[in-house]
Amino acid sequence: MSRRGYEGVAVAVPVTVPYVRYSIRAAHWWLARCLAELLKGCGLRKEDMDGFSVSSFTLAPDTAIGLTQHLGLSPRWLDHVPFGGASGIVQLRRAARAVQSGDADVIACVAGDTNHVDSFRLTLANFSQFARDAVYPYGAGGPNASFAFLTAYYMRTYGVKREDFGKLCVAQRDNALRFAHALFKKPLTLEEYLAARPIAEPLHLYDCVMPCAGADGFIVLSEERAKRLGIGYARLLGTIERHNAFATDPVQMRAGWALDRADLYEQAGTGPQDMDFVQTYDDYPVISVMQLEDLGFCAKGEGPAFIRRQSFTWDGSFPLNTSGGQLSVGQAGAAGGSLGLVEALRQLTREAQGRQVKDAKLGLVSGFGMINFDRGLGSGAAILGC
Amino acid sequence: MLELPKRKNPVLRTRLPTLPPAARSRIALGLTAAAALGRFELQQCRDCGTVQYPPREACQGCLSIRLEWKPQSPEAELLAATVLHHSNDLFFRERLPWRLGLVRLDCGPTVVAHLHERVAPAPSRVIVAAKLDRAGQAVLVALPDKEANMAEDRQLREFTCDPKFRKVLVTDGKTALGQAIVKALAAAGADLIWVGYAEPWKKFAGFDELKPLPQVTLLPLDVTDSKNVREVAAEIGGKVDILVNNAEYHRTYGISNRPGVDTARAEMDVNYFGLLRLAQEFGPAMRSRGADGLASATAWVNLLSIYALANFPPHGTFSASKAAAHSLAQCLRAELRPAGVRVINVFPGPIDDEWNQLLPPPKITPAALANAVVKALQEGVEDGYPGDVAQEWLARWRDNPKALEKELST
Amino acid sequence: MSVLAQLATGLAAGKIRVVDLTETLSPEFPHISLPPEMGQAWPFRIEEVSHYDERGPAWYWNNFSCGEHTGTHFDAPIHWVSGKDLPQNATDSIAPERFIGPAFVIDCSKQAAADPDFLLTKPFLLDWEKRHARIAARSWVLMRTDWSKKSGDAVAYQNYDETGQHTPGPDTDAVRFLVEERDILGFGTESIGTDAGQAYHLRPPYPCHYYMHGAGRYGLQCLRNLDQLPPTGALVVAAPLKIRNGSGSPLRVLALVESR
Repeated sequence: MSRRGYEGVAVAVPVTVPYVRYSIRAAHWWLARCLAELLKGCGLRKEDMDGFSVSSFTLAPDTAIGLTQHLGLSPRWLDHVPFGGASGIVQLRRAARAVQSGDADVIACVAGDTNHVDSFRLTLANFSQFARDAVYPYGAGGPNASFAFLTAYYMRTYGVKREDFGKLCVAQRDNALRFAHALFKKPLTLEEYLAARPIAEPLHLYDCVMPCAGADGFIVLSEERAKRLGIGYARLLGTIERHNAFATDPVQMRAGWALDRADLYEQAGTGPQDMDFVQTYDDYPVISVMQLEDLGFCAKGEGPAFIRRQSFTWDGSFPLNTSGGQLSVGQAGAAGGSLGLVEALRQLTREAQGRQVKDAKLGLVSGFGMINFDRGLGSGAAILGC
Repeated sequence: MLELPKRKNPVLRTRLPTLPPAARSRIALGLTAAAALGRFELQQCRDCGTVQYPPREACQGCLSIRLEWKPQSPEAELLAATVLHHSNDLFFRERLPWRLGLVRLDCGPTVVAHLHERVAPAPSRVIVAAKLDRAGQAVLVALPDKEANMAEDRQLREFTCDPKFRKVLVTDGKTALGQAIVKALAAAGADLIWVGYAEPWKKFAGFDELKPLPQVTLLPLDVTDSKNVREVAAEIGGKVDILVNNAEYHRTYGISNRPGVDTARAEMDVNYFGLLRLAQEFGPAMRSRGADGLASATAWVNLLSIYALANFPPHGTFSASKAAAHSLAQCLRAELRPAGVRVINVFPGPIDDEWNQLLPPPKITPAALANAVVKALQEGVEDGYPGDVAQEWLARWRDNPKALEKELST
Repeated sequence: MSVLAQLATGLAAGKIRVVDLTETLSPEFPHISLPPEMGQAWPFRIEEVSHYDERGPAWYWNNFSCGEHTGTHFDAPIHWVSGKDLPQNATDSIAPERFIGPAFVIDCSKQAAADPDFLLTKPFLLDWEKRHARIAARSWVLMRTDWSKKSGDAVAYQNYDETGQHTPGPDTDAVRFLVEERDILGFGTESIGTDAGQAYHLRPPYPCHYYMHGAGRYGLQCLRNLDQLPPTGALVVAAPLKIRNGSGSPLRVLALVESR
């Protein structure tokens, strides 16, 4: 039986609850604000919303079901997707199928976390059984250490230089200066990037995301319902998800996208060359490069040449992470998995204000999540169009 | 190359000990159990042979739950290295920068490991070992070769209890074993060795040979005398980095071939209460000095006996006293752990001394046992079973404790 | 005035001095050592019960343990095989009047200083009697060697070498003379043991224990301050703890001495 497409699914109402470095509030507070903004954005009361999907690291001991009572919701469809940076895509995929099947009509997808002064350390210490047993006792460097290995290996294998990663980071900072909610508000020069202090060699300060508090969200509903509500929306054209791909690779240089990208483009009837912009999951620049390769924008190992050939600002030759990405906006925990999605919606609904990609009609968003041990396990991508 | 630390300024604050993250899942403690004995073991599937890491409950190859801890080849390749300049954990934060490696074992898995400073840049060949860290939990360490010494590396020295540059108390210098331990410690570079002796009027062979050793200071110490132990601890306790408790009372009686409890009581008084007295008096000061620089308080060695695992009826009351001491040593281990001070229990088979005269060989010589004690300190193991007899008893005991009990009672 | 009233008056007026012949009981004080395979006397050990602290807020006290033959101590006849079947041979059954008697102090300090293996002989005793007085029946004979001046140095006090212990004591004839011809209460020394350190080699081994206890007499050892006693005229009070069937006990030995 061939797979059904995502016809008729609309994605709408991009919401970012402005990030802050530290918050004394609980995750519930951030998720509640996000939901309220989503409802306001589509002019519905919470009683009109019948589907709810949640992603968060810091909601414990609660999950999505506890949140229904906390927020006074009574959905007939509920999902909890604790997949970190892969959550946004996975939430979207599941919600799309629920809307298509009629299990729910209007689904609010929220993702977010709080960040107390010590909560990042506690999250790392208890991130997973494998992390607790086999990573955290080794210096407790968190994802910095894990990505330092991948970055060092990638640099050695494919000849990428710090300047190449720096080009991505500087371009994204340019984009961020046009996104009001970005936590980083000062321009970044390549010289500053190169001169930054080391964090976990070869990673330096501007290679690493900054943990913060915040939330992002969007609404999944039918195109028909979106039209009746009179809200802007994007159509879901194709989407993939894969977990623990290439498990026997000694070190992660590729993820599930490389396995499923043909499927993705076939669903959408497009190819990489058709994309007007790309939002990668960018907690570290090496991961952006890996996605560009695995999603077919260049061949494996040609990332460095691709970077040197393109410019990545919103108005450049290859608009990438047009709101600044996590590297310049901040990483609000699980919200990092939705940051690119909401930015894609803004671009496709012409709400991207000063960084609007001209004539943007097709965009690709990818997610990547859960450094369970030595590599990210979950990968996903979606093509959205208007 | 490490150099003798400068003398400490006595008015400077001694920092409080911190530990690396100690939380582990129960299944991961299999790595610790092997590392405590100085072994490198990973889980291997009995059905498909896949070697697993990190530790898990089921085979990632075939979903079999028949995973067994098996010795694995330590040969590996360093894939990538990093140097941490930032850590979220206090222990590492105080010790930055810190080297780590991503290492592919020849037997399959990729692992994260602490990296010895002599390891060549990636890609390069390394030897992986499982070692106990300061929290007493196993971690993997990538070494440049099989001869590499962890103590020569500033960062990995933290995981050993190397006697080099350290101040050591040996509680009984009157036995051949005590004297051998003192000489082995001196040869291993101990900075100062206090040597206790009880009942000073009794003459013992070899004791006078210790006096000329420049590291040695002799001092009266009788572990059966609470007041004496307290006074000695008050005098030197704040400086003892390693305490080797080899004081032992050994007679060769069971229950029925020696009327009364006097001898058994004397065994308990030295072997069990002696340890308790030492632990109460020296423990607090050692706990406070777990982070006292390069020569911090680091280890407590107990001379136990393989008879602590299962009673050897011809030496029945002695066995019982060593079992009691073993149990107490586990308590001491828990209490010293927050300071990162390691309790090392040594379980020798019969020592070639007066009290094992009638036991057939092999018997471990005092010199061999002394070397085993020093090696345990250098390699940072937690339990040592030196000698052929101890190894055989251990193997029998691990295989089937009830069978060993029956074998020993006939 | 009664005799006891005179005694009390004399004590109160300082005309009668009390000389303490006792070593302080402490863990450091040397104790008797036997070959290691034999049973051993417990050395004196003491553990604090409380010290105005959480173990007992308003009081201080200790538990102590030791053998019957620890510190300055009394040997009862039952201690030795030769006295095992005698009547009134244990600490609880000895008639209490036998704990008190006049002291005859035999000064051997010069001889012991010259020779730690010095043996007190019958001729030495006869000579002493010529110079002082005949040793009375029912008296304590105390062998002054000044050995107790070494008691702060356990090694010197025990005085072991490769051939064993070297401390002074009586020879066989001297012991038999004191028991059979002078009918004394008992014999006291300043070292560990009423017998000499090398008395194992005498015939019989340990003659003071053998004959003294075999005749129902007593021993006192680890005495001190014998140099403060006159050769004759002091009265010794040496009452052991009333241990049922006890072979001996640590005790406080007091000597009453009239000022001249």
